[in-house]
Amino acid sequence: MPISSPYKPLFVLLLAGFMAALLSVSIGSTAIGFEDTLRVITGSGTELQQTLILELRLPRTLSAFATGGLLAVAGALMQVLLRNPLADPYVLGLSGGAAVGALLAMLAGAAGFLVSGSAFAGAMLATLLVFGLAHGSGSWTPSRLLLTGVVVAAGWGAIITLILSMTPASRLPGMLYWLMGDLSNAATPWPGLTILLLVCLMVFPLGRALNVLARGSLQAAALGVSVRPLEWSIYLMASLLTASAVTMAGSVGFVGLVVPHMLRLALGNDQRLILPACALAGGTLLVLADTLARVMVAPEQLPVGVITALIGVPTFLYLLYRSR
Amino acid sequence: MTRLATEALIIDIPGRASGSPLNLAIEPGQVWGVLGPNGVGKTTLLHTLAGLREPRSGQLLLDDTPLHDIRRKTVSQQMGLVFQDRQDGFPATVLETALIGRHPWLSPWQMESGEDLAIAEKALEALDVIHLKDRLVNTLSGGERQRVAIATLMTQSPEIWLLDEPTNHLDLQHQTAVMKLLRQQAAEGKAIFMCLHDLNLAARWCDQILLLYPDGQACWGPARDMLVTSALESLFGQRLLSAELDGFPVFVPG
Repeated sequence: MPISSPYKPLFVLLLAGFMAALLSVSIGSTAIGFEDTLRVITGSGTELQQTLILELRLPRTLSAFATGGLLAVAGALMQVLLRNPLADPYVLGLSGGAAVGALLAMLAGAAGFLVSGSAFAGAMLATLLVFGLAHGSGSWTPSRLLLTGVVVAAGWGAIITLILSMTPASRLPGMLYWLMGDLSNAATPWPGLTILLLVCLMVFPLGRALNVLARGSLQAAALGVSVRPLEWSIYLMASLLTASAVTMAGSVGFVGLVVPHMLRLALGNDQRLILPACALAGGTLLVLADTLARVMVAPEQLPVGVITALIGVPTFLYLLYRSR
Repeated sequence: MTRLATEALIIDIPGRASGSPLNLAIEPGQVWGVLGPNGVGKTTLLHTLAGLREPRSGQLLLDDTPLHDIRRKTVSQQMGLVFQDRQDGFPATVLETALIGRHPWLSPWQMESGEDLAIAEKALEALDVIHLKDRLVNTLSGGERQRVAIATLMTQSPEIWLLDEPTNHLDLQHQTAVMKLLRQQAAEGKAIFMCLHDLNLAARWCDQILLLYPDGQACWGPARDMLVTSALESLFGQRLLSAELDGFPVFVPG
């Protein structure tokens, strides 16, 4: 409900995100106490602690936060676009396109930036492909977009299997880690965080129009919403968000599906509240999941996507089971 | 006070001949009823009038300005529509549903104010659904949802009200209450234009009638002149008996 202190949940989530980030930078191969962590953040502490926290752990924590936030906001936007609360950022084949891009780059022996760039290109190619095909010779409807996306995603899946089966065994682990979502190769969190912040700011004035659009495109048009431009911008924004997330961390599943769904159950359906809440809660969840992924079998690291799926699958099934 | 006129309007129903063009003038204070058999294009006509669908030819004038030249937002301050079917992908409460009617009146940065809330609550009260305001719409009965939809239009408070079968799912006393409400809105200067499938409701409450025939032909005029047994018999392909009760014609299948 828009009236009566609507932003309280956002402050709570912001606080939770901050706590999660503190926890994440203080846990690891060398544990650093909360007090020391706070000291480092305020500019003192030993040189070793400074290097460990500011140069090694903080960038990764911020990358995790950005990835989670991007995926959750993208999921919430896709759900409004498809008028389907069970849509997620990958449903239209975006992660498939990104994966094919990344795996091809890895197969060719590339690493680092080339893999990320190639993943981004793949995601954008997938976006244009689905949008062009769904548009076809007439207008696109949510169900047509969804079907096109699902079928194209199946196509990407086949190509991914093909690439994996042709890859020499020595290169397979890196590819599998990428496919499961892994933050250890995230270069810098700043582009992702910037995009996340920009989209959250852009989405606020669009929020009420999104609420109206969630009631169906005809109803929205009758209430003065320019439906087609709005749907275009949501689609492009969600694609950009997803592509940025995939570029940073590979395909991390379930954040984009579970986070918006849980928030809708708790906070209602006002997109002006849900979208920023998704950014904060998604970020927090992934920071925690990545911390677990780092410490569970230390010194080995698990792909963070495994953790989100392990948490996400039962949570989601439980929510679905409970909601009639 | 706003007036909606159509100039040589032909609605676009794929695969059907164009038939007779419509030159309607929907004036403030009038209550229009559209009658015709299923599939004749009543809903298409309403969507076309609301500017949600392109006509095959002809144009629409809102206060003498072509509808095309007016911003969508301005149009939605002047004209609103109750749809025949509604989709609710996401759960929302009755009050939230009514409040979306304020959308055309708010700037992108504005939140709904207490005044908007008061308008929505007044509409819910007028439609006798205020006691349901915190219920989720998808848990309501068909008739209750229908009344919430009309309350949403009332919250939008346009000058021209388009309604697609507003009495669907309503029980007798609510049919009457809704029709009385629409007449009262017309008396206050709104223009009401609705599709109906109940001849007797049209005869009792509408002052202007538009008959739509399956071959695309149409005729319209004051209710007294239009509601003639022979014309209605050929419209529905059904023999009718008629009588007059309390000054209003009544029709039953013969």
